[in-house]
Amino acid sequence: MNKEKQLFTISVYTENNIGLLNRISAIFQRRHINIESLNISPSEIEEVAKFTIVVNMAEDNVKKIIGQIEKQVEVIKAYYHDLDEIIYQISGLFKIKSELLFEERQIQNIIKESNARIVTVNKEFFVLEKSGKKEEIVALHNQLSDFGIMQYTRSGLIAVTKEEMKISELLETYNN
Amino acid sequence: MNIQKEKISEGNTSTIERISGSEAVIRCLLAEGVKTLYGYPGGAIMPVYDELYKYQDQIHHVLTRHEQGATHAAQGYARISGKVGVAIATSGPGATNLVTGIADAQIDSTPMVCITGQVASHLLGSDAFQETDIVGISTPVTKWNHQITKASEIPEVFAKAFYIAKSGRPGPVLIDITKDAQFEEFDFCYKKCTKVRSYVPIPKTVKGTIEAAAKIINTARKPLIVWGQGVILSEAEAQFKALVEKAGIPAAWTILGASALLTSHPLNVGMLGMHGNYAPNKLTNECDVLIAIGMRFDDRVTGKLDEYARQAKVIHFEIDPAEIDKNVKTDVAVLGDAKATLEAILPLINTNSHKVWHQQFKDLYEIEYEKVIKGDLHPTKEGLTMGEVIKEINIQSKGDAAIVTDVGQHQMIACRYAEFNKTKSNITSGGLGTMGFGLPAAIGAKMAAPDREVVSISGDGGYQMTIQELGTIFQQKIAVKIVVLNNDFLGMVRQWQQLFFEKRYASTEMVNPNFVAIAEGYYIKAKKVTKREELADAVKEMMESKEAYFLEVCVEKEGNVFPMVPSGASVSEIRLA
Repeated sequence: MNKEKQLFTISVYTENNIGLLNRISAIFQRRHINIESLNISPSEIEEVAKFTIVVNMAEDNVKKIIGQIEKQVEVIKAYYHDLDEIIYQISGLFKIKSELLFEERQIQNIIKESNARIVTVNKEFFVLEKSGKKEEIVALHNQLSDFGIMQYTRSGLIAVTKEEMKISELLETYNN
Repeated sequence: MNIQKEKISEGNTSTIERISGSEAVIRCLLAEGVKTLYGYPGGAIMPVYDELYKYQDQIHHVLTRHEQGATHAAQGYARISGKVGVAIATSGPGATNLVTGIADAQIDSTPMVCITGQVASHLLGSDAFQETDIVGISTPVTKWNHQITKASEIPEVFAKAFYIAKSGRPGPVLIDITKDAQFEEFDFCYKKCTKVRSYVPIPKTVKGTIEAAAKIINTARKPLIVWGQGVILSEAEAQFKALVEKAGIPAAWTILGASALLTSHPLNVGMLGMHGNYAPNKLTNECDVLIAIGMRFDDRVTGKLDEYARQAKVIHFEIDPAEIDKNVKTDVAVLGDAKATLEAILPLINTNSHKVWHQQFKDLYEIEYEKVIKGDLHPTKEGLTMGEVIKEINIQSKGDAAIVTDVGQHQMIACRYAEFNKTKSNITSGGLGTMGFGLPAAIGAKMAAPDREVVSISGDGGYQMTIQELGTIFQQKIAVKIVVLNNDFLGMVRQWQQLFFEKRYASTEMVNPNFVAIAEGYYIKAKKVTKREELADAVKEMMESKEAYFLEVCVEKEGNVFPMVPSGASVSEIRLA
């Protein structure tokens, strides 16, 4: 049985309606499940929103959650994938004092080696952006934190699947 | 006016009329065939009430004494008729008072539409007087909900609400309408909803599953059918009976499934679960094939899941895909509406009788009869039992009455012993276990089925949670029969305290009022029975009454409901004492 916890992404295709976030998050809350990250964006289909939810759960329970999510009237379809089945990215932003950029040579090396991008620089601060896997962003955070980070934030995970998603086809059958 | 009526009766309107949002609400209800609704007025819903006044010859609004009563009445209405029940309330406390009934309807799959008024849209989020986020509050307990801030949304949202509430696995829907949307005028036209693109009310039956299920059933040696309310909700009683009879399979019910098959049917082997019958609980763990139809393996039915029917192959006929494998792992899931799937499987089923297997049920029934049933129905001890009251009601009703129960000991006893000749006759709060459900639900049931005898049976605890609905019964002249089985205790909790908390009766003893005087205060005929020799005549008098009638029966104070599957135990560990 698939009772061991691991990270899964749950992709939910929905109508774009007020209150649906509440309805979906309530499904997790009610079962005392912590959401690791959540992203809501437009999808490849016009007027259809896509939730990407990351949870650390046993597969058996993920299946049950998918059932509960799909049961919601305004949910079109929900899928789950483990991290090997998807291509994903997370983005991190780091706000750092500008003087460090010039005074600490090591910072320049870190920026180069990590493939981070400088978004903006002004007198007081500069902003670094790094996209990648969570570990890469955490590693960069660890390296930079020795020098002092003014602000740090990390986005939710976004993903596309390696396999084809048949959601467009499905929608067509609904519409016909 | 007449022209209007004609248009409305077809549901869809063919012309456009300029009317207010509040009038549109009434016109939507009429288009959906609503003749009765239950509610309570207040500031934010007053424009709609003003229209209810104008349309009172076409739609009957029943003023309950509390909004909770309105939801339970709407539930009772829905459960006995299969139609959508409608409740209406104002914003703030009016809306929050609906929540218990909504949660009850959600867990018991009852079709209901609740309408709430809301503060004007420019005040939303300002902590205005009687503002509450009822859409947020009701989200986890509704099948769907929606806030309307513009009158033009009303027809589409109402059409969708009724469609969603009734289709597929039914459930409650809440529509919240801001006051400005009620006043706003717009061009009204109504079109019934027949489809929501993201919503699949009835899942497709997976190819081959009917054949696979039939094969397992045909080769079973000790099959057991466990059925639930799904049989009633999909009106599959005839198909269900045909299957049971052709396959010759003993069939047991969840409390919400009760009455789908006659109580007296030879293959009806009784009630499942915590206070169900001995045989079906015991033999759940002996059957080789368990055929679940329109039920959801609630924990009160299954007991300890790890020891529930582990030896059996499980076939699950179910409309809600989320129920498959939720609690019990299924070998074959037959998705779809029970009426259609049962009809499809019937020709594939071999005629059988399973006589030896069936005899096991009869043998265990004999044990249960000797140890429990005889004492409940034919007591020789002094105190009156709840069971003998139900027995007298059976005698008088001949099994034709609809029994509406509250929650607790009396509910279990009524479900165990009530005899049902007709479907949709057992109306009770199953999943949520809502004390206070019974009396208002009986109001709705009697109004939806005025030709039927409706008997409300409550305990002294739950009765007092919605006792004020006696006022509704009196004002509306509703001929419900009201029975209170009074043991001066919150009996079920007391039973648990006795069995599992060493008789520490924490806050379960009740000092009760003069119930007869209270009923009489509402001008309802009332009687109190304390002795066995008075019981039969009193029940007869009650059942023969053409009007509402209240009967208090003082039963033994510390009577227990048995059999019992202790909490956390396996169904086969069911205790007889």
